[in-house]
Amino acid sequence: MAITTTELLDRPRSSSASGPATAYAVMLGLLVVAALASVLIGSRLVPPTAILEAGPDRTVVEVRAVRTAMGVLAGVALGLAGACMQGLTRNPLADPGILGVNSGAALAIVLGIAYLGAGSMTTFVLLGLLGAAIASLAVHAIAGIGRDGATPAKLTVAGAAFAAAASSWTIAVQLVDQTALDIMRRWQVGSIGGRPWDVVVSLAPVFLVGALLAIGLSRTLNALALGEDMAKGLGRHTTRDRVLVGLAIVLLAGTATAAAGPIAFVGLIVPHLVRTRTGSDHRHLLPLSAGYGAVLVLAADTVGRVVLPPSEVQVGIMTAVVGVPFFLLLVRRGRMGL
Amino acid sequence: MSAPTLPVTTPAERPEVHPDLRLATRRPRRRRRLVLGGLAAVLFAAFAVRVLLGDYTFTIPDFFRILFGEQIPVSTFILMETKLPRAVLAVLVGVALGAAGSLFQMLLRNPLASPDIVGVSLGASAAGIFALLTLGLRDGAVSVFAVVGAVVISAVVRWVAGTTGGYRLVLVGVGVAAAMTSVIQYLLARSNTWDVQLALRWLVGSLNNVPWSTIGMLAGALVVLLPTLAYLARSLEVLELGDEAAAGLGTGRHRTDVLLLVGVLLTAVAVAAAGPVAFVAFMSGPIARALMGGRHSLVAGALVGAVLMLLADYTAAYLIPDVVLPVGIVTGAVGGPFLLWLLARGAATGRTG
Repeated sequence: MAITTTELLDRPRSSSASGPATAYAVMLGLLVVAALASVLIGSRLVPPTAILEAGPDRTVVEVRAVRTAMGVLAGVALGLAGACMQGLTRNPLADPGILGVNSGAALAIVLGIAYLGAGSMTTFVLLGLLGAAIASLAVHAIAGIGRDGATPAKLTVAGAAFAAAASSWTIAVQLVDQTALDIMRRWQVGSIGGRPWDVVVSLAPVFLVGALLAIGLSRTLNALALGEDMAKGLGRHTTRDRVLVGLAIVLLAGTATAAAGPIAFVGLIVPHLVRTRTGSDHRHLLPLSAGYGAVLVLAADTVGRVVLPPSEVQVGIMTAVVGVPFFLLLVRRGRMGL
Repeated sequence: MSAPTLPVTTPAERPEVHPDLRLATRRPRRRRRLVLGGLAAVLFAAFAVRVLLGDYTFTIPDFFRILFGEQIPVSTFILMETKLPRAVLAVLVGVALGAAGSLFQMLLRNPLASPDIVGVSLGASAAGIFALLTLGLRDGAVSVFAVVGAVVISAVVRWVAGTTGGYRLVLVGVGVAAAMTSVIQYLLARSNTWDVQLALRWLVGSLNNVPWSTIGMLAGALVVLLPTLAYLARSLEVLELGDEAAAGLGTGRHRTDVLLLVGVLLTAVAVAAAGPVAFVAFMSGPIARALMGGRHSLVAGALVGAVLMLLADYTAAYLIPDVVLPVGIVTGAVGGPFLLWLLARGAATGRTG
């Protein structure tokens, strides 16, 4: 049944786009370029030959390689989470940062450091996931007040309000607990630099489960995109589907936040840009969003390293620089069903 | 402080009205008088508690003797340099934020649409930090920058949102608020002198170490702004019906804009003095409205704001021994549960507020 759905979605687009194969090839090409740039460009420019030869430049390459891996992980997770959120809520403004999920994860991690004695990356990830889950539920519940339910606009405002409240609590805990302050200060802005390799390793399992779950749910998302009634009519268990998609979002947004701190707007921008090229079939939208999410995070991070020397602009700030005008453009286009 | 009043054209003012109708309009009026009187009494009590009690208590005669210039060792300093300025500033900031919050929620017809969520407070604090850290300005000049910043940011929000207003204005505000947060984080991360007290003032709002001159400037600004608001807010109920209906009744978009500008200025002067104290503007309106039995009231909103600030400041000062928390931490921490309260109330009555 889902096949009919996706065929319906495919047909009008397949003529305009030059086929998904080209889209994937372009995405992979850009990803390789972004990864190379992320390894070679920075306060110290490294020649490409350093990747192969031993020497002082090799050390720089190794440090930046960890950073690049971190960027790919966070970017893929955010791109997928954004695409899933937009599909699930049928909300063009959905983004883990805007809807307060990242701030909820941050708050849970701070509370864990201060009151549960959390210290390892594994506990951070678990706390991040828990916080992300609670935040998503709370924001949707708050936005769901009233007869018209959780409209995109109400979700956005509820997310902003929740994020403001959560970050007040985060600062409050940090003021009282010095350890939490020390750990969180670097992490808070959203940065992929300065993380050891173990972080990537310990995040990888959760990340992989979330990513595979999301990709596996692409047909489900196609059905849900038709609306509650239509999806039911096609024989879908919409409640079960929603719970599964929600689980994928929480896993992905939670890992991204645990890895890189709150980075907003990647999950917002990427699915929109991908949709303009390949249409809204989630079977292609999800993998492409994942790839371009990584490209965007790596590009933002690399530009942030060189844009204002000698200091570095964190990736979370760079994505906001691109993301805010994009968000305003979406609002101005006014396709929010207000 | 002058109290803005909202004269309502009630049927009771016309002679031919039915007695039942007259009774129906009189009851809310009695409630209004009762609530406002009660709030004023609570405000007075909270002020007295904040000034007289705490880790260093004063007797009432001592309080007046010090106030009228008598020098008592230690006591004079503690009262005149820490307790009294904090309490007075708390009241002024609370009144400004409470009135501004109620005004925004009324005009934009959304309980979530307060100046702290739509970017006005953050615009003021971003401009303040810019003046302080990047331009190296101090005191008065920083305040001027904060006020100008709030006005400019609000103008940008209004311009981007276009004439449709309402929800789109709120959404654009949320986006701009995100941008301002990034600007603040960037400025703080770049500055070499990471002064935690300074940073906290502009990040979360704080009443610590504010000089009397700043309080004087805030009071002066309120003396101008509050009567202006009272004058302009005469027929707010009409505006609450929506732009089209308001235009049909002869009051239009233009009036809304001027009122929003007054709200922006009120927020800006408060933020310039004490930083973006989270959620006071957001909480005052709905609490006042619940007290007034579902009617909007700017006066009640302002009083609730002042009471909230005083209570939050008392909590911030004495919650943890030897640590004076910034007041914004307490208001922000209360803001979360308050959101849930809005949720519960909305679920019970089936509306957004």
